[in-house]
Amino acid sequence: MTDAPLLDVQGLRVAYTTRAGEVPVLTGLDLSLRAGEALGLVGESGCGKSTVALSIMRYLGRAGRITAGRILFEGRDLVSLDDGALRALRGRRIAMVYQDPMASLNPVMTVGRQLMEVPMVHERVDAAAARARALAMLREVRLADPEAVMDRYPHQLSGGQQQRIVIAMALIAEPALLIMDEPTTGLDVTVEAAVLDLVRDLRRRHDSAILFISHNLGTVARVCDRVGVMYRGELVEEGSVRQIFTDPRHPYTRGLLDCLPTSGRDKRHAPLIPIAGQVEPASARTPGCGFASRCPHVETGRCTTRAIALATVEDDAGHRVACVRVDELAQASRRRATLAVRDAQAPTAPVIAVRDLHKSYERRRARLAARKDVVRALVDIELTAARRRTLAVVGESGCGKSTLAKILTGIEVATGGSVTLDGIEVAALPVDARDRTLKRKLQMVFQNPDSTLNPSHTVGYAIGRALRRLRERAPADVPSGVARLLEVVKLGPEMAARRPRQLSGGEKQRVAIARALAGDPDVIVADEPVSALDVSVQAAVINLLNEIQAERGTTLLFISHDLAVVRYLADHVAVMYLGTVAEFGAVERVFAPPYHPYTEALLSAVPVLDPDAAASRIVLEAPLPRGDEVPRGCPFATRCPRRVGTVCDDVPPPVQQLDGGHRIACHIPAKELAARQVPL
Amino acid sequence: MTTPETLTPIAADVVVPSSLTTPRAGGFAGWRHLALVTESVPATVGLAIVLAWAMLALLAPLIASYAPNASDLAALARPTPSRAHWLGSDHLGRDLLSRILWGARPVLVIAPLAVLGAAALGSLLGLTAGYYGRWIGLVITRACDIVLSFPVIILYMIILAHFGSSAWNIIGVLTLTKAPIIARIVRGMTLDLREREYVAAAKMRGESSLYIMLVEILPNARGPLIVDMCLRTGYNVIIIGVLGFLGIGLPPPDPDWGGMVKDTYGMMMVWPHMALVPCAAISSLVVGFNLLAVGLRELGLRD
Repeated sequence: MTDAPLLDVQGLRVAYTTRAGEVPVLTGLDLSLRAGEALGLVGESGCGKSTVALSIMRYLGRAGRITAGRILFEGRDLVSLDDGALRALRGRRIAMVYQDPMASLNPVMTVGRQLMEVPMVHERVDAAAARARALAMLREVRLADPEAVMDRYPHQLSGGQQQRIVIAMALIAEPALLIMDEPTTGLDVTVEAAVLDLVRDLRRRHDSAILFISHNLGTVARVCDRVGVMYRGELVEEGSVRQIFTDPRHPYTRGLLDCLPTSGRDKRHAPLIPIAGQVEPASARTPGCGFASRCPHVETGRCTTRAIALATVEDDAGHRVACVRVDELAQASRRRATLAVRDAQAPTAPVIAVRDLHKSYERRRARLAARKDVVRALVDIELTAARRRTLAVVGESGCGKSTLAKILTGIEVATGGSVTLDGIEVAALPVDARDRTLKRKLQMVFQNPDSTLNPSHTVGYAIGRALRRLRERAPADVPSGVARLLEVVKLGPEMAARRPRQLSGGEKQRVAIARALAGDPDVIVADEPVSALDVSVQAAVINLLNEIQAERGTTLLFISHDLAVVRYLADHVAVMYLGTVAEFGAVERVFAPPYHPYTEALLSAVPVLDPDAAASRIVLEAPLPRGDEVPRGCPFATRCPRRVGTVCDDVPPPVQQLDGGHRIACHIPAKELAARQVPL
Repeated sequence: MTTPETLTPIAADVVVPSSLTTPRAGGFAGWRHLALVTESVPATVGLAIVLAWAMLALLAPLIASYAPNASDLAALARPTPSRAHWLGSDHLGRDLLSRILWGARPVLVIAPLAVLGAAALGSLLGLTAGYYGRWIGLVITRACDIVLSFPVIILYMIILAHFGSSAWNIIGVLTLTKAPIIARIVRGMTLDLREREYVAAAKMRGESSLYIMLVEILPNARGPLIVDMCLRTGYNVIIIGVLGFLGIGLPPPDPDWGGMVKDTYGMMMVWPHMALVPCAAISSLVVGFNLLAVGLRELGLRD
């Protein structure tokens, strides 16, 4: 490594032109990256992370403009380069990997041709040499059967495989700098873990520097050497992974870390602490610290009058913080909040009991074909949800979590088995056939904040309508009822007049919760309610759900793929895999050995903040099997790292009943599992 | 059998112009919309042309210097434009300007009314087909396909010849033949919108299907619908002209742009202005509606 940085961004200012005029997005950003180094950029959405990547690639588009600053790459200023020189750099010296692999791959070209194109265009090698390089690269990104993959089209590959192809395309030209913008955000946790391990491994071999952009601090800890924390268009803290995650100095970094449901926290003893307020746009900047309006340590005057530069922390080389109070705050202990949540109580009667539940869809092979495929979405589901408790359902996408929610809510009906809600059989009862009392009992909070509220209706109308429809007697004064519900979800009454597009993602989700609460339900089914939200907003919404449960005694059925959140929030957990329940039990039992091998793999895949953590111990390389590939025996057999033999393929695993209602569906005896597994 | 998802191209890629369709609380929403329209050059020009024609039609009794059917025998000898007749006069000595002004009135009533009728009927059909799907959807889409597969001009001739030609009958046939197109657009959007989570939320609080279709789904389809209605109004202006030209439009002697062309196109070589003036009137109004549609779509895409 030489002393001159590979990439040196100096005082970068970028503005976007909008109808409202020029809006600054980056307000004087400095960062540097040495050859072979991996720098992570973290921060909430809207803080300008992606703009940094696009500025370096000079892909800002017509609306974006670099208004000041320099971007030195290998000594040349990218800001002043012409198009021809940029084209020569892009793809060859600087490559980029985006969040959505399908957007980077050409759907009408085979993967192989797209890979070969890179060396053929940039290095003018012949087709045979390019093919050899492409094959070698596919092997490096650990794709099984590279020869066959070369001839496939992008849509024939899974999301994880596609992202590997995109990474292969980026690395095939041996770029000096690889920019990755949320490369694993759309992937399942097991696939994410495998891709992160791959990136970590490839970095060592290829000596490319990486600029890794992510909102997920755990993924950054797994891949990077150094971390830069961005807020409102500038870097507020920078240091090694260890410095940032074990000794954060900037109040914003501390706030971000306090929002994370890391292991060891739980809702009773170490609640999450959301950051007050929300990210304000860089355009509304006042002089002084950008974080001042949300900072718990703000000191009017010193913090708010003049710009604050990054300064090196005393006795801590390489750790730079943009905070005037950094020395005073160093000793101040991290905030600890106390949240009024009841202590563990004796087990309560189940409010939802699912027995033997089946759901299958029929699908014709082709139009007019007589033969029909039966897709089994749920097989023999058995679980219970205790009153006033939270049952979490976890699993990768496609494992049947949402189907289960749809049957509970009556949006779909089961093909067999029984679901009782307070003793009333609802498995075969579509929502239209449920009476008002039954509808009232169970309401739902949906995943996507952008589609959960009707864009044509005001918040007040949405909540008011739910009040009128779900209450036994229509409340005399709907507006005040709406205001009360808004207060429950910590929103002001003025929100009632707003429309969804005037709300942030977190606010939309709060309104959706208020709407679900309108009928004072016994059960709320929440389908990934926080997965689309930023960590600080996520923490606030999780706390809100907890408080509502404590105050109203609501039972929460929490569907999630995020094990950290589940571990924090749940009382009971059901781990689902391909329409079956692999493991079920109280949260402290499910998240401790013996695990079902699938639970073990999921837990092992969760990116943790500990910079010393080794690569995931268990990586599931194989993709989820398709419908016709699911074995007759254990559905997990095709990917199971603890597979014992053909018995796994042919015989459905027995459900082992362990202490405290803990159930594991596996051929390996629980005692043996416990002996081989370590706590994760 | 596959169901053709043939959306009219203009509707397929339209994003609901949210700022266009969601008036903010307070103030008269119309002014905000108007202010927004002026951000697009085509929309502004189109709206100006359409509004200008609307004003002229409205004020025809005040600004037209002659009665539309009054013959000026003196003008018969020299029908070309003159100080007395700015646009000249026709073969019967009637003032062309006055006839154009009066002729704008039926067009600007029939074309929009027919579009409103088609939008109402088409939305209802499209919502039903898209929301229920299955056999109801199949029956409706097939019925629409059948109507759309007729050569429309022949259909108009048959219907109007049988029932007689009147403003209401023209509105009726235009509604019937345009509704299937609107139905296709609305069905396509409904298929997408019915999967939204707010629709599931409405079902879970026990809303009726009619409520979900009209209150939860339709308002979110109105962006592309408004664009298409503008376009469709322009097309209706053409069709009204064609019907007039074929002699099955509004009955004479009241001025009708298409009828005016029919009466005078034989004299094209001698007195071209007699046919060209009403042609220009039709074109300008159609161009106005088209520009408005293009501009609104542009505004929708930009948001």
